[in-house]
Amino acid sequence: MADFTAPQFTPVNLITGFLGSGKTTLLQRLLADPALADTAVLINEFGEVGLDHHLLERIDDTMMLLQSGCLCCTIRGELSTAIKDLHSKRERGVVPAFRRIVVESTGLADPFPILSTVQADPVLRHHFRLGNVITTIDAVNGLGRPESIKQVAVADRLVLTKTDLASDVAPLLAQIRDLNPDAPLWRAAEQAIDAAALLDGGSHSPLRALPATSDSPHGSVHAFALAFEGQLDWTMFGVWLTMLLNRHGAAVLRVKGVLNVAGSPTPVAIHGVQHLVHPPVHLAAWPDADRRSRLVFIVDGLERGAIERSLAAFLRPGSQIQPAAVA
Amino acid sequence: MCALCGVLGGAGHWTDAAARPGVFTRNVDSLQRRRERIHRVACAQKVLGLYGLTLSDWQGTSYVLSTATGKTEIVDNLTHLWAAAEKLIGRPCDPLDPALVGSLEAANG
Repeated sequence: MADFTAPQFTPVNLITGFLGSGKTTLLQRLLADPALADTAVLINEFGEVGLDHHLLERIDDTMMLLQSGCLCCTIRGELSTAIKDLHSKRERGVVPAFRRIVVESTGLADPFPILSTVQADPVLRHHFRLGNVITTIDAVNGLGRPESIKQVAVADRLVLTKTDLASDVAPLLAQIRDLNPDAPLWRAAEQAIDAAALLDGGSHSPLRALPATSDSPHGSVHAFALAFEGQLDWTMFGVWLTMLLNRHGAAVLRVKGVLNVAGSPTPVAIHGVQHLVHPPVHLAAWPDADRRSRLVFIVDGLERGAIERSLAAFLRPGSQIQPAAVA
Repeated sequence: MCALCGVLGGAGHWTDAAARPGVFTRNVDSLQRRRERIHRVACAQKVLGLYGLTLSDWQGTSYVLSTATGKTEIVDNLTHLWAAAEKLIGRPCDPLDPALVGSLEAANG
């Protein structure tokens, strides 16, 4: 451990997914990868018996079990304390040095407060950063519950489990793409899972797929993409997005995109989950020849037309931007 | 302000992100910071004016939001701003409100 230096910001990944969708199985597969040997795992248990804990004995040195119930509603403070405790022990050399934390939530947890805990806590946000959110989806039981729909909507990576047991996953895949058009998806039963691709990187390619708004089978949750010609005023965009999230944050399950910002030769990537917006990332280069600002929204009950018109009205005084057709 | 519980005191709003490698921010040096704050006040004022509110910078550290009758709130960042604006005027500040959007479009010409 003498030559180990902890990364300046240790990534915190969240593995979520509905009850029985294979979160722990996925975690076991990931932890078998030598690349993840220095990973600390935090598991939240819903119930009195921490069965999952016994499945992950290999990492017991840096594992803590959060026992007080559903992660989203009762133990934000406990999660914060648990991560700070791990950090403290790492600094003192009490636990093996780790380069990553993976939090496995309960199947009923709303991912947002978990993410918010890392970003809102003054200590945590100076030592940790949010990594990818990985959502497991049970191919047999599909997306039946509001919790699972939200978990899919906020995911950076999707893992479809039990595909060997399901007869036809095409309708479920179509549902998933309605909710989250751009997150890379793995089929756990048939594909090798590349731990590095799952946990790291690639989160700033938000517009691989540009969906048209369609009637969603998930009630009011739907995804759509907007594109704007011209350079936009970053400050005015901030005024608009903070105002939108203040009033409709609970309904904006996710907003993600690349912006052509006036005064910046390279694009700025933004990424938000409900009320939480990650620090904007200044990309080194444009991902392709398209210089339009592009935004993907996954929203619950908000209309695409209203958002597009509002954003254009806010930005136009300072920026000559025009809504553009999405290819 | 914490978006979940409304507790004040959280720093590091995304529009004022700390300057770190890879992060897009204008919170880099004092000149850029002041320039950005002045521009931010002007941008926000275009919207706040439609609600009869006035925003001004306070010492480069906070903002002062006031009604025409002098009711005042001190706010730290843009997220806090909208919650304070709604409190002062007693109704929602909704960017999707067709009346507000229509007013902005009319102002744009």
